[in-house]
Amino acid sequence: MLDEQIVRMLKEDARLSAAAMAARLNRREEEVAERVKALEDAQIIQGYTAVINEDALSDGKVRALIEVRVTPRRDGGFDEVARRIARFPEVIRLYLVSGNYDLLLEVEGDSLQEVASFVSAKLATIDGVLSTATSFQLKKYKESGRIMGEEEDYERLKICP
Amino acid sequence: MNGSKSVRKQYVADHIAKLPKSGIREFFDLVNTMKDVISLGVGEPDFVTPWTIRESAVFSLEKGHTSYTSNLGTLTLRREICRYLRRNYHVEYAPENECLVTIGVSEALDVALRALINPGDEVIYTEPCFVSYPAEIRMAHGIPVVVETSVENAFALKAEALRRKITPKSKVLLLNFPCNPTGAVLPLEDMREIAALAIEHDLVVITDEIYSELLYEGTHVSIASLPGMRERTIFLHGFSKAFAMTGWRIGYACGPRDIIDAMMKIHQYAIMCASITAQEAAVEALRNGEKEMKRMRDSYCERRNLIVNGFNRIGLPCLMPKGAFYTFPDIRSSGMSSMEFAKKLLESKRVAVVPGTAFGACGEGFIRCSYAASIADITTALERIEHFIRENAVSREQ
Repeated sequence: MLDEQIVRMLKEDARLSAAAMAARLNRREEEVAERVKALEDAQIIQGYTAVINEDALSDGKVRALIEVRVTPRRDGGFDEVARRIARFPEVIRLYLVSGNYDLLLEVEGDSLQEVASFVSAKLATIDGVLSTATSFQLKKYKESGRIMGEEEDYERLKICP
Repeated sequence: MNGSKSVRKQYVADHIAKLPKSGIREFFDLVNTMKDVISLGVGEPDFVTPWTIRESAVFSLEKGHTSYTSNLGTLTLRREICRYLRRNYHVEYAPENECLVTIGVSEALDVALRALINPGDEVIYTEPCFVSYPAEIRMAHGIPVVVETSVENAFALKAEALRRKITPKSKVLLLNFPCNPTGAVLPLEDMREIAALAIEHDLVVITDEIYSELLYEGTHVSIASLPGMRERTIFLHGFSKAFAMTGWRIGYACGPRDIIDAMMKIHQYAIMCASITAQEAAVEALRNGEKEMKRMRDSYCERRNLIVNGFNRIGLPCLMPKGAFYTFPDIRSSGMSSMEFAKKLLESKRVAVVPGTAFGACGEGFIRCSYAASIADITTALERIEHFIRENAVSREQ
């Protein structure tokens, strides 16, 4: 229960200190800090990152979602080929999915050419990869539960009964 | 013709002229003259109505549902309400004739009082309470009889205190637990004793349970579900707090058929019906709003812990309220009255809280602070209040 509450809070705001979480959960700071450490040690918390609206940042980077069909290995299923793909730093997200294809990955590069050459030279040539379908991202609307550039709150009454 | 110098007649009815303006109003006007105020003074959720509910209202408009509805409210909504009450409050009402959809609990209470009260009947209620109660009783030509609750009993109503106020003229007992402004709940053993008194003295109980979903410890029990109470209880509820729908103005009353019939007469002539858009949104709230409601409740709970621990740390004793989204910290150690404290805090630190006296004379020595505010605002407000207390303590020593 406490672990779930901590995880939920950190997913909303990874910068929350143990003290801040403890005050909200009506717990001792040490107790919360201990649980955070335990969650990190168990690699349930893998890291802390920021949610960025790259469109507003205009970083010039190119991102694509790529659907990949794969032949599973007799002695490793999809894991072996997935791990192979995951090791490329260009791949920032990777899932095994149900449906018409097997792996869905997100790739980030400095230019269209970079992403294209990653797909043709690296990804498509991996043993077991049958086909790829690349969709370049045009605009991001939502990530990690946050709507990018969400509308401002309107002014409410300051005092009401 | 009479001389034109004659003084203009007092047109306003005596009982309305005598009605005091809401204590909160004066403070509201003051806050509105200021900028950069952090407000802990709001009695409404800081969430926007969940999207699924808003979206269903938009769809209802797209479909062209813009007409009157049945006076009682749409049967679909009444069915959903009765199902919801059966499941969560363990009390059965017939959607056809024991449920009336109203313009928020405010209208439901007004209509209930007007349906029940003969001039001079006494209505017992607790203070500190929602600002409308004594006024609504007077507007219905009833006599408000107050039972003051106190911090010693965690602002719960005690049966013994109630018994002392019962007279042959007592007709109605008005309850509101979880309570605005104290966040108090009514422990089950107290509720049982109060129910026994209501039965013994043949009182009608009006129970305003608008905050009942926002309970952070234990399970909510409605007095309507206690043995022998359903037939003498009018259960008032709505969507404003649990589903963050204050601006939609949608609530309801459930009770015995004869009383709902009488309430319906007043509602029919005065109001006609609640807005159809709000009614269709309310259906969606009951069908698909529970998950979002729980998410909001969890968020209030975290903020409650933060603000209560904060007040106690800075030397303003504060009970951990079990429900609603209000804290009622004790400011007597400051040596100031509630109004003085609230005004000075606002002027010197730009933090708006509501003086406890806005909710009844026994609110003196307390302030109401809502935690339906962002974590950032609560944190800053606590820092500012702490400075305020320290500066006040220093100036008192000098």
